[in-house]
Amino acid sequence: MEYFIQQLINGVTLGSIYGLIAIGYTMVYGIIGMINFAHGDVFMIGAFLSLIAFLVLGIIGITWIPLALLVVLLVSMLIASVYGWTVERLAYRPLRGSFRLAPLISAIGMSIFLQNYVQLLQGARVRPMPPVISGGFTFLEGSDFPITVSYLQIVIVLLTIALMTGFALLIARTSLGRAQRGCEQDRTMSALLGINVDRTISLTFVMGAALAAVAGMMFVLYYGVIDFYIGFLAGIKAFTAAVLGGIGSLPGAMLGGLLIGLIETYWSAYFSIEYKDVAAFAILVLVLIFRPTGLLGKPEIEKV
Amino acid sequence: MMIESNNNPRGIDIAGLLKESAIAALVALGLTIVMLGLRTVDTTTGLGITTRWPLVAVAVISVFAGRLLFAFRREWKASKGPVSRDRKEEEDRAATIIKRFSTIGGPVFIAFALVLPLMPFADRYVIDIATYVLIYVMLGWGLNIVVGLAGLLDLGYVAFYAVGAYSYALFAFYFDLSFWVCLPLAGLCAASFGVLLGFPVLRLRGDYLAIVTLGFGEIIRIILLNWYKFTNGPDGISGIPRPSFFGLEFKRTAVEGTQTFHQFFDLDYSSMHRLIFLYYLILILALITNFFTLRIRKMPVGRAWEALREDEIACRSLGINPTNTKLTAFALGAMFAGFAGSFFATRQAFISPESFTFIESAVILAIVVLGGMGSQVGVAIAAVLLIGGTELFRGLEEYRMLAFGGLMVAIMVWKPRGLLAHREPTIKLHPDKGPPPEAIKAVTEGEGK
Repeated sequence: MEYFIQQLINGVTLGSIYGLIAIGYTMVYGIIGMINFAHGDVFMIGAFLSLIAFLVLGIIGITWIPLALLVVLLVSMLIASVYGWTVERLAYRPLRGSFRLAPLISAIGMSIFLQNYVQLLQGARVRPMPPVISGGFTFLEGSDFPITVSYLQIVIVLLTIALMTGFALLIARTSLGRAQRGCEQDRTMSALLGINVDRTISLTFVMGAALAAVAGMMFVLYYGVIDFYIGFLAGIKAFTAAVLGGIGSLPGAMLGGLLIGLIETYWSAYFSIEYKDVAAFAILVLVLIFRPTGLLGKPEIEKV
Repeated sequence: MMIESNNNPRGIDIAGLLKESAIAALVALGLTIVMLGLRTVDTTTGLGITTRWPLVAVAVISVFAGRLLFAFRREWKASKGPVSRDRKEEEDRAATIIKRFSTIGGPVFIAFALVLPLMPFADRYVIDIATYVLIYVMLGWGLNIVVGLAGLLDLGYVAFYAVGAYSYALFAFYFDLSFWVCLPLAGLCAASFGVLLGFPVLRLRGDYLAIVTLGFGEIIRIILLNWYKFTNGPDGISGIPRPSFFGLEFKRTAVEGTQTFHQFFDLDYSSMHRLIFLYYLILILALITNFFTLRIRKMPVGRAWEALREDEIACRSLGINPTNTKLTAFALGAMFAGFAGSFFATRQAFISPESFTFIESAVILAIVVLGGMGSQVGVAIAAVLLIGGTELFRGLEEYRMLAFGGLMVAIMVWKPRGLLAHREPTIKLHPDKGPPPEAIKAVTEGEGK
C-alpha cells in the first residue's frame, strides 16, 4: 500500500509534466487541425534553455531558489516562445491550404532539424544538472516503505495547477481566448468578424511553446539529466495524453497527461521498466481504435 | 493574387524593408542568444559555460542581410507592375518535361545500373555504395506505394524493414534455412505485420495513422532491444549466412562434395564476385518492386489507391471499401520492406536494433517526399542524391540530419509536390475537359483590348 501511494505521488508529478506538453498539442490541433510534430522538440529546447539559465545564474551568484526559479522560468518561456513562433512562421504558415500531408511532413522535418540543431550547438552527450531543490517530507518513517514527497514534487504540482488555472481563465475570459475559440470553430467566419486569424494562430503556438518550456524546466529539475533526444519520447507520450483526453479539449489534455503519467509509473513499478514506453504506445493504439474521440473530446464530423 | 491586385507601379519603401529585416534579426537574436551564444561544457567540477558571441553576431547579421535581400527582391518584382504569368500553362509545360524525363531517364538509369559493375572505376568502394543506395531506392519505392499512391503517411516503415531483417536472421539462426527460402518468408512476415497493424488503425484519419505507425516502429525496436533471449538484444545477431548463387557458394574453398562459384565457372577466386552478385541481387529486387508498382497502378486496386488518396468520401460513395484497399497498400509496402530487410541482413551479416531507429524511417520518407510522391524516377534520383551524396560527404556527418530536416521543410514550403512531382491520375475519364488553351487565351486577350 505504501508503495502504491509512493507511485501515485511520482505518477502525478510525471503526469503534470506530460499534461503541460499535451496542452500545446491539443491547442494547435484544435485550431488548425494538425499535429505539431516539433512540439516535443520545443519542450526539449525549453529544457536546455532552463539548464543554461540555471548555470548562468549559478555563475553570477543568484542562488536564492525562488528568485532563480522565477528568472529561469521567464527566460526559458520567453525564448521557447520565440522558437514556437518561428517554427509556425517558417514551417506551417506557408502551407496553410496545401494538401493534407504537407504540414505534417514539414513538421517532421522541423522536428529532425531542431534535434540536430541542439545536438550540434550543445553537444550530443547527456547533460547532467546538480539538484537545485532537495529535501522533502517523509511519512511513515518507521515502516518498511517510508513515503517521501520531495519539495520538488510539490513545486512541480503547484506550478502546474497555477499555470493551468491561469490558462483556463485566459481561454475563458480574455478577448484573446475568445478569438481562439472562434478560430477553432470556424476560421473563415472569425476572419469575417475582424479577428486576425494569423495572429491568433501564432499566439497559440507561442502559448503552447511557453507551457512546454515550463515542462522542460520541470524535467531538468526532476530527472537531472537531459540530452537532445528527450523531446521525441516525451512528445509522443504527451501526444498520447492529448489523444486520450480527447484532442482539442484543454481539460482533456490535463486529464490525459495525469493518466499517462500514472499508467507509466505503475507499469514500471509493477510490470517491467524496460517496456514502459510500450505501455504509452499501446494505450495510444487502443484509444484510437476504441474511442477515437478520447475521454472528453467531441466527435468530429467530416463534411463534404 | 497579391501581385495581380497591385496594378500601379510604385517605389520601394526602403524604411519598411529595413524595419522588416530588423524584426527578423531581432527574432534571430532571440533564437540564438542562449542556444548558440552559451554552450554547456563538461568541466572537472560539473557543467560549465563557454560563450560564442561572435557566432551569434554572424547569425543575426546574416538573417538581417538575407531578409533584406529577400524582401528587396519581392518589392522590386512588385514595383515592376503586375506580372501576368500563366500558371496553368507553366504547370503543363513542367508536366510534359517531367513526363519526357521519366520516359527517357528511367531506361537510362536502369542501363547504367546494369553495366556499373563492369565499369573500370567500379572498385569495392563504389559497388558497396551502389548497393547501399539501391537498398534505399527499393525502400523508397516500397514506401512510395503507401505514401505516394495510397496517400497514407507511414512513419514506422523501418519496423517492417526490421521485421524482414530479423526474420531472415532468426530463421537462419534457429532453423538453418537458406537465404532463398527465407526471402519470401521474410516478405510474408513483414506483410502479416502490416496487416496486423493496419487492420485496426487504417480507419483513422491520416495524421493519427502517422503517429500510430511511429509508435509501432518504436515498439518493434524496443522489443528487439529487450527480448534478449530471442533476439540477442542490443548485441544483435552476427554470422548471418550469405546467399548462394543457385547453390554455389561464394567461398575460397568449397565444403566437401560441393563446388564454389569460382570453381564452377573456372574463374580465379575474387571477393568481388560476392559483392557484385549482391549488387545485382538488390538491383533485381528493386526493379521487381518498381515493375510491380508500375503494373499494379493500372489494376483496379492501384486505381482505387490513387482515388482514395484524392478523395476518400467520394470513393466510399462509389463502393470502394477504404479499409481493405488501404490494407492492401499497407501490406504490399510492408512486404517490399521485408524483402529489403532480409537483403540488408544478408549483406551486413550482422544486424542489431540500432539499424532500425526512427531516423531511418524519416530518411526513407524524405526520399519519397523529395522525389515527388508517386514518381518512381524521382524517388530513385532522391535516393541517389540523399544516400550517395551523404556517403561522399562522410566528414560532415553531424550536419547530415540537420540538412535532411531543413530540406524536408524547404521542399514542403516551395514545392509541396516534390522535385519531380507527378500526380497526374493514371486514368482520366475525359482527357480534355473544356476548350483548348488557345481558345481561352484568344478570348482573354480579346477582352483585354
